[in-house]
Amino acid sequence: MSRDGTTRRERRLGPSMLHGMRRLGGGGAELIPQGRMSGPMPWVIAIMVALTAIALAAGLSIGNAVSAAKAEIEGGVTIQIIEPREDTRDRQTREVAKAVQQLPGVSGLRIVPREELDSLIEPWLGSGIAEATGSAIPVPALIDVRLATGATPQRVETIRAAARKVTEAARVDAQSSWLRPVFEAMVSLQILAIALVALLTLALAAAVLLAARSALGANRDVIEIVHLLGGTDKQVARVFQRSIGFDAAGGGAVGLALALVVIVLLARRFEGLGAGLVDNGALVWSDWLLLALVPILATLLAMITARFTVLHALRKML
Amino acid sequence: MTAEGEIIHFDNVGLRYGTEREVLSDLTFTLYAGRFYFLTGASGAGKTSLLKLLYLAQRPSRGAVRMFGNDAITLSRASLPALRRRIGVVFQDFRLVPHLSAFDNVALPLRVAGHGEKDIAGPVRDILEWVGLSERIDAVPATLSGGEQQRIAIARAVIGRPAVLVADEPTGNVDPEMALKLLRLFEMLNRQGTTVVVATHDLDLLRKVPDSLIMRLERGRLADPTGALRHPPARRT
Repeated sequence: MSRDGTTRRERRLGPSMLHGMRRLGGGGAELIPQGRMSGPMPWVIAIMVALTAIALAAGLSIGNAVSAAKAEIEGGVTIQIIEPREDTRDRQTREVAKAVQQLPGVSGLRIVPREELDSLIEPWLGSGIAEATGSAIPVPALIDVRLATGATPQRVETIRAAARKVTEAARVDAQSSWLRPVFEAMVSLQILAIALVALLTLALAAAVLLAARSALGANRDVIEIVHLLGGTDKQVARVFQRSIGFDAAGGGAVGLALALVVIVLLARRFEGLGAGLVDNGALVWSDWLLLALVPILATLLAMITARFTVLHALRKML
Repeated sequence: MTAEGEIIHFDNVGLRYGTEREVLSDLTFTLYAGRFYFLTGASGAGKTSLLKLLYLAQRPSRGAVRMFGNDAITLSRASLPALRRRIGVVFQDFRLVPHLSAFDNVALPLRVAGHGEKDIAGPVRDILEWVGLSERIDAVPATLSGGEQQRIAIARAVIGRPAVLVADEPTGNVDPEMALKLLRLFEMLNRQGTTVVVATHDLDLLRKVPDSLIMRLERGRLADPTGALRHPPARRT
């Protein structure tokens, strides 16, 4: 014991403790026990992320199909020559094609070959009818016209007038008009997919909110101790935010993996259909990037939700 | 106006829980820097309630409280943590974090204060040695005896070098020999400048710290028959 009453041990302890206080830093042990992927939370997030990614993939795929089909069809006009006599029909078709080709704004024109027309009606009427009956079915001739810009009603009318000058048997239709109901149905599906993504996002936020509140209740004693030791609300919120962030990241990764398996399997099934409209719906690299962002955004959403939930609850404590 | 050496001042403070009658009434006293106080009184006299006011776990129902020159009644919530870091608390039931080791429990105030890990290890090991628990550094509270948990709680309370140390019945769960050891720890801190407030109903302890001042609570009111709280005697040198 020295003259000022302090022992050697005290003198050694004092500066050492003071040293620890002078310098600031970060880090820390986990205040809230962490059970990685052990509670229901990561699995709820995994399911949410999987469903969101699948809904988003569906929405993107439909969007791609609509865009590609629109680009292809918007400038398309079909001319039918409805004439039962084959030789007259062929002649009228050539004359109409010649007349329309000279019109301004026509970028391309193609007389659909007879074989192609036969293959179009084959699913309904079967093949070999001409051989079996000795006469061909009087199928209208088709002229596929491409316009440099969209098929406006004025342009369609100009083409119709030119075709009618050659024959009254010519019928002119913009391709977009008869595909409009299909487009509208696809756009509805796309809106449905977006709504699903929005609903799932809300559901994820609600699930995180409940989980954060439950964790807050379960760890109330620890939080009180941290408060009484001088911990701030933000420090406590950060602990929960980090804990839920880990859960969300783990769950998100599992959910995305699950979604990718489903998307790839579905894509293969649709590829097998061989339908033009569906083929156009293939996901491009930017779509895959968006899908990869789903778990990242879900993790961020979970962390932000947890932070605000905890901060709100802590405001009720002294 | 703050008197010289005053760190905490209560003026006509009362506390009630809900609509019940007041558990603390008309408390007026001042705690001075570097003094050793014993808070005594029968069970239910309001010792723990008064300590809660001292370590800012509770706000009084009426009266004025000044702490370190701040009005603790009107102080914003955001300002409370900084004030709490100047007060070390030893809870009656220890309140150690059950899943953290002795090391992490003691390190908690430093981590809360934002100290880096490399600045934490040395002081924590030192203080665990100081309370004689350097061998139990990795033990979790459930594997420690009552006395060991008490010493961890004390180490946690003093690691941040608080200006005031508040201890609620710190010797209540330990044998007389350990009680004396703990008291020596408090005296040691007090000699280094920390104001110590120990709530106890063990009157033997009072005699063992000669310079101590006694705050006696009787049914929620503070008795100061000798006037020592209002006019504390000079410390012996």
